[in-house]
Amino acid sequence: MINRRQALELLATRITYEIVVATYSSATEWIDILDRPLNYFSSGAMGLASSHGLGLALACPERRVLVLDGDGSLLMNLGTLVTIGRVAPRNLTHLVMRNGTYEANGGHPIPNPDVDFELHAKAANIRTRFTVSDMGSFAAKIDDILHAEGPVFGCVMVEQGPLGPRSYKEMYRGERRAALKQALAE
Amino acid sequence: METASRVGTPPRLRGARVIDEIKAAGVEYVLSVPDQHTSAGLLMPIAKDRDFKLIRVCKEDECLGIAAGSTYRNRRSLILVQYTGFLYAVNAIRGVACEQKLPICMMIGMLGKEPGAAPGDSKRFGLRIIEPILDVLGISHTCVETDADTPAISAKIEEAWAQSKPTAILIGGRPEAA
Repeated sequence: MINRRQALELLATRITYEIVVATYSSATEWIDILDRPLNYFSSGAMGLASSHGLGLALACPERRVLVLDGDGSLLMNLGTLVTIGRVAPRNLTHLVMRNGTYEANGGHPIPNPDVDFELHAKAANIRTRFTVSDMGSFAAKIDDILHAEGPVFGCVMVEQGPLGPRSYKEMYRGERRAALKQALAE
Repeated sequence: METASRVGTPPRLRGARVIDEIKAAGVEYVLSVPDQHTSAGLLMPIAKDRDFKLIRVCKEDECLGIAAGSTYRNRRSLILVQYTGFLYAVNAIRGVACEQKLPICMMIGMLGKEPGAAPGDSKRFGLRIIEPILDVLGISHTCVETDADTPAISAKIEEAWAQSKPTAILIGGRPEAA
């Protein structure tokens, strides 16, 4: 199993001008590791991070869009894999941090902890896909995550992190959204 | 105000008129789940129209995420769904479009509405509650029943972008295919 924070810290060392769309537990760790205008924190309705990412990827074809999703979140919007597989944006990478629980909401298990997300991605015809469960394998996939022709889907098997509740107030500030828009206009 | 072409013929709503208005508003992406009410007159011609990029989604709330993401580069989308899909997606509409004050434009097919009746006067419960829900959400809306109403379409979309707020265009009449 992978420590999510360590994986995100490693990923952050390679991030340049990609847009990072993060949600829930991944978002709270990501903002702590790399706070920057090109972060986009998916809020408003659980499960939509990859849909926000798809919209950004279509609107910004010159940039890689990297979605940091959760397994509970993805289960709320599994159809997104089908939509992304069909639209097939070359610049979209969708990572799901799979810990088998609703970590931010008390650590309850997801409905079926045996679900195979990579198989779902395969069935949806997503071009590049993988599952990793140790840091060495994750490190070996970073080039694909950032540069492989998309859509890319990766399932990252992570340990459960600290349980919630968490405060999202800071990351959901309107000023952050305005800063992203400004950064994309430059 | 356009009137009946013949005595006893109800006023028409031509899909082509609606599509012209969508184009006039600079919409690039149409995000849709099919709706019987708008299928022949809107979605089918839009699917064939190279001026639009049609994204078919699995469930209506996906549209809110995709449209939201595209606003960060000022790319205009139109969400084309049935009123039942609108009802399904209300939480995403609340959390993404309303609370984030984004110019998200929805075109909502009012399947089963009686011709010429105001949505609030429909015999169907699901249709009667649409405008009150939009009002509670603070979403500006209009209902397009005939060709004469279509200029409101581009006006609503432009207003949404000028004021960075969501808007809803109810398609009351059934759009005719060309």
